[in-house]
Amino acid sequence: MNIHEYQAKEIFRKYGIPIPPGEVATTPEQAEAIARKFGGTVVVKAQVHAGGRGKAGGVKLARTPEEAKSVAAQILNLNIKGLPVQRILVTPAADIASEAYVGVIVDRASKRAVLMASPAGGIDIEEVAAKTPEKILRHSVDPRYGLQAFEAMQIAFFLYSEIKQVRAAAKILQQLYRAFSENGGSLAEINPLVTTPAGDVVALDAKMVIDDNELERRPDIAALRDESAEAPSEVDARNANLTFIKLDGNVGCIVNGAGLAMATMDLVKYYGGEPANFLDIGGSSNPEKVVAALRIITGDTNVKAILFNIFGGITRTDDVANGIVTAIRQNPLKVPLVIRLTGTNEEIAVKILSENGLSAMTDMDEAVKKAVALATGGKAA
Amino acid sequence: MSIFIDKGTRLIVQGITGRDGSFHAKQMIEYGTKVVAGVTPGKGGQKFEAKVPIFNTVEQAVKETGANATVIYVPPPFAADAMMEAAAAGVPFIVCITEGVPVLDMTRVYPYVKERGARLLGPNCPGLISPGESKVGIIPGRICMKGPVGLVSRSGTLTYEVVYQMTRAKIGQTTCVGIGGDPINGTNFIDCLDAFEKDPATEAVVMIGEIGGTDEQEAARFVREKMKKPVVGFIAGQTAPPGRRMGHAGAIISGSAGTAAEKMQAFEENGVGVAKRPIDVVELLKRAMR
Repeated sequence: MNIHEYQAKEIFRKYGIPIPPGEVATTPEQAEAIARKFGGTVVVKAQVHAGGRGKAGGVKLARTPEEAKSVAAQILNLNIKGLPVQRILVTPAADIASEAYVGVIVDRASKRAVLMASPAGGIDIEEVAAKTPEKILRHSVDPRYGLQAFEAMQIAFFLYSEIKQVRAAAKILQQLYRAFSENGGSLAEINPLVTTPAGDVVALDAKMVIDDNELERRPDIAALRDESAEAPSEVDARNANLTFIKLDGNVGCIVNGAGLAMATMDLVKYYGGEPANFLDIGGSSNPEKVVAALRIITGDTNVKAILFNIFGGITRTDDVANGIVTAIRQNPLKVPLVIRLTGTNEEIAVKILSENGLSAMTDMDEAVKKAVALATGGKAA
Repeated sequence: MSIFIDKGTRLIVQGITGRDGSFHAKQMIEYGTKVVAGVTPGKGGQKFEAKVPIFNTVEQAVKETGANATVIYVPPPFAADAMMEAAAAGVPFIVCITEGVPVLDMTRVYPYVKERGARLLGPNCPGLISPGESKVGIIPGRICMKGPVGLVSRSGTLTYEVVYQMTRAKIGQTTCVGIGGDPINGTNFIDCLDAFEKDPATEAVVMIGEIGGTDEQEAARFVREKMKKPVVGFIAGQTAPPGRRMGHAGAIISGSAGTAAEKMQAFEENGVGVAKRPIDVVELLKRAMR
């Protein structure tokens, strides 16, 4: 789960990381009032779950409260990578002497949390990793002991030479690691971590991604979710316990299991079509889930054909068939439907479908070919 | 022959009285797996299906029954503890089916299990099956057939699809292993490839990967450097957008790393046959085993 910059900053502040003050606005007038309160130049920053918001015009300086108001109006009108900006963070502009990067991620190779630090901050860290890998220091943390002071110092010496700044950065690294590990992070980063002309080390930005598997045991973190910052169809799917990702194609896919769902999308592409989505109805899928899945897929007007691909293991194919029949009774489909199912209770499923004027196929490739043909307006293969 | 499990496997089911645990315990017993004990704290002394003794702890279960493997069906908040309990009790092979284990829990579980010399499969995996010998987990027994091909996969239902296509083409399996879709798991592709290379009954191997991470790339290099047996592979997620978690926690393209194209190229460069579609695995196997 992504959280906003201002929310990540609130978490980081609790751990003592020095962060300049800031307030959230949802209207240009609020932004103006906040700018007036802070006095001087402010930065207005879009709060949106998309990278590259600076390049998209989502981060701007304002020298006066009036300018803050007009800049805020512009940013609140933006759509960054398909996501409308609904909140902005207003914060006093800082004088910057240098910019660094520090972050924590879970590293698959070492199977540990890894701290990364680079004196080349303020830009995309992936770019730094690709072009100048020697400018990144990586340190894997033993989860039994956490990040020790001496380790934090070693990393901080990679960033700064001034001992006062090294000590300040080391403290921030330990605080960042704790914020990450005590809140179920899969990523926590500060980019940029800056030094001011006065020599202070300050976090100007904050980013945190929470492991979805942590949310059940961390209701306070789960409550940070901002549904207005996500695609409505994805919110609907999550509330129905489905995993759904919207894409740009026209063949709607409903599949059980993530691997098979990806393979089905790939096969749609292989036969010349474009998948409209990834949708996994999961293992023990009851009819209600199928009804929700069809509701979400048919809500996308790009979809020209719908393909079910169900391999019954734990999933009972008769449950899926019942779900399809119920959903169509409630809401007759306007686009053609192709159903492929095989496995557990297949005979019962086929009977349920045929009693309701529907038919099922057993071969995955044939079903995908047919769905693609229907979506592209051709005749069924 | 087979890898990891066979007729001699004596299995504990942790969470045997739960909804999933009891359902799959019955299925495994029906298949012929020797389920020797169940563990549910507070239900020690009872019997599952009037046959299998239930214990309060894994330690007791091991002591009383001489179990040498365990399968875990407990809910996500308790799964890390269940894996560590099994390792502490000296169980050498631990299979965790549970989906949704927090990855930071796994950073602690992995070294704990490893230091105690146990092999962990999963979490978030369908388990494994050696057709005609034993089944541990949830892979449907009736789609499998005994034969000469080993299969290892990060997926569940996609594995079933490929196994089903193989069985329809009369290509049987030594063992089918699902290593799971999480970013940190106990057993990886290389562990399985190594075991298949050493298993005299296995003549060829199928490897089913997906986007995210570099496991498949490293496995491909292992095939070229360490294996004599032919290996064919399929990668799911050629159409997956970057930065999105595709159902499995580990199935995510980070920046430009972990794409299907990158993995398929690694297969190609290292002599692993690349299946463009799941069905192509069958043809590639026939050719490789000719």
